[in-house]
Amino acid sequence: MRHLILSISLATLCMSFKPIDKTPNKTQKLKADADNGGITLPKGFGALVVSEGVGKARHIAVSEKGDIYVRLSKLKDGKGTIILKDTNGDGKADETKGFGNFVGTGIAIGNGYLYASSDSSVSRYPMKNGIPDESKPETIVTGLELYGEHGTKSLALDDKGHLYVTFGAPSNACQEKNRVKGSKGMMPCPILDWHGGVWQFDANKKNQKHADGFRYATGIRNIVGITWNKEQGELYAMQHGRDQLTTLYPEMYNAEQSAELPSEEFLLLKKGSDFGWPYCYHDRFQNKKILAPEYGGDTKTQGVCEGKDKPIMAFPAHWAPNALMFYTGNQFPAKYKNGAFICFHGSWNRAPLKQGGYFVAFVPFGKDGKPSGDYEVFAEGFAGGAEIKSANDAKARPMGLAQGTDGSIYITDSVKGKVWRVIYQ
Amino acid sequence: MSDAEASEYTMKYIITLSLLTLFLSSAMMQKNTVSKSKSANFQADSGKIIYETYCLPCHQEDGSGVPNMNPPLVNTDWVLGDSLRLINVILKGLKDAEVNGDSFSNEMPSHDFLTDKEVAEVLTYVRKSFGNKAGAIHPEDVKKQRAKK
Ligand code: HEC
Repeated sequence: MRHLILSISLATLCMSFKPIDKTPNKTQKLKADADNGGITLPKGFGALVVSEGVGKARHIAVSEKGDIYVRLSKLKDGKGTIILKDTNGDGKADETKGFGNFVGTGIAIGNGYLYASSDSSVSRYPMKNGIPDESKPETIVTGLELYGEHGTKSLALDDKGHLYVTFGAPSNACQEKNRVKGSKGMMPCPILDWHGGVWQFDANKKNQKHADGFRYATGIRNIVGITWNKEQGELYAMQHGRDQLTTLYPEMYNAEQSAELPSEEFLLLKKGSDFGWPYCYHDRFQNKKILAPEYGGDTKTQGVCEGKDKPIMAFPAHWAPNALMFYTGNQFPAKYKNGAFICFHGSWNRAPLKQGGYFVAFVPFGKDGKPSGDYEVFAEGFAGGAEIKSANDAKARPMGLAQGTDGSIYITDSVKGKVWRVIYQ
Repeated sequence: MSDAEASEYTMKYIITLSLLTLFLSSAMMQKNTVSKSKSANFQADSGKIIYETYCLPCHQEDGSGVPNMNPPLVNTDWVLGDSLRLINVILKGLKDAEVNGDSFSNEMPSHDFLTDKEVAEVLTYVRKSFGNKAGAIHPEDVKKQRAKK
């Protein structure tokens, strides 16, 4: 091991002495796979497959040492997190270990700890020499209500000692009977008291209950991708818009309209933000929030929605944005710096139109913390060649994103748990 | 009834569907004169239209479902097994149940706004599609099950 580190440092040293080398970084030792692991990237980028499959992968985090932690939605050999290590520096995982015995989505490394969530709790482990100590778990948030729909908990840590946890609404549109045609929207929607928003907790206090948290932002149906932007000192997230406008209100929305509505929203969450769910949805064609049909809407009326907070960007419907990350590395070209990467897991309810999503997007950002241009397709081809008619046709679905210390980015897939590392050459 | 309502609207898609339904239901009216197996075929065809309108968004065109969210309707015990239990899934919905050993995050909403005939047709369609081979569901069974509530 010591030899290895020595030779790696020597190699790095040598490289930095080479006069032609303007940007010395370790990725010069890395080689993209000939087929980029089956995905397509912009010119100059390449990808290598770190692991062909770790299980049903969710979010991912990379430690200072370069070890990769992947959360799972189904236990693999009794473990809920998979650790991938690359011991010889070729970028491929050559050591795979399990960690922790609970499944879930959220993971974050910060404050000297690794935080991981189940659907009903958040735990953390102290990092010792860059490795989380599994024998010293601490429960930070506990006893959260378990439910299926939108029940996963994503995490973000700010730099002021707070932990943010998503509480998706166990509902599509807060009808008295969920997703049942003809069932009215509840007024006011009682779900918003405890769900449909993001709660802020003390990142260092043990055994907090839901009620110990603070409802930081509300009116959000479901968030899976959430992140703290250090440059801006702000919280950003991606909302999954509602489903089934046509099955619930066929007299107002035809199948095509329902496939294109509402927007998937890119949100800048301020303390006290209210984005209007379930009363409102965002229509990117009219570029405004519209009153939902469950609450007397007619596809055009805004009503109470006029005063609700707007997204900073609106994406086509049902693409399912499942991860959000701001790029702070130096490996990629300058335009990527401080811009956002988003994993669109891919739609299942855009019939009769083509399904969409199943790619990683890039959104350039300005100094003001707002998008400075339209989104671009960054990585695509995850689903495999043929047109996706139903979600099961997809060979892979991009699910999680993380940045490595050298500025590479990592992408997980939820179908088999394939992990890619994207590098710029 | 939803088909009658829908025909007031100008969407090509639904007009075509309604016309088809109209055609099929007039064909069904002559059901006394056709053989039993043939009438089951007609039922399955109009069941397809109901499936595409109400079930396809969640269970997908090929009945394969959506991983982790909505279960497949292909060779599941629920679809192929006890018909009364199956009828109940449509009338009452389903939550926190396992399907072929997997659990799914969404819930199945109640579809009790469908008529007895429509429930029978859509279930017959499901039981005879996507590689499934199981017997037809009859409107009388749906009616009985609905009355039991
Ligand atoms: C909003 C999405 C949604 C819609 C619309 C929907 N289902 Fe389901 N369905 C589900 C979910 C989710 C489950 C599983 C519930 C559970 O696991 O407890 C389910 C379960 C079932 C099951 C039993 C389990 C299985 O997979 O065999 C059947 C049968 C079924 N649905 C048929 C239908 C039919 C027929 C329709 C249309 C009339 C329909 N569903 C509409 C989501 C939906």
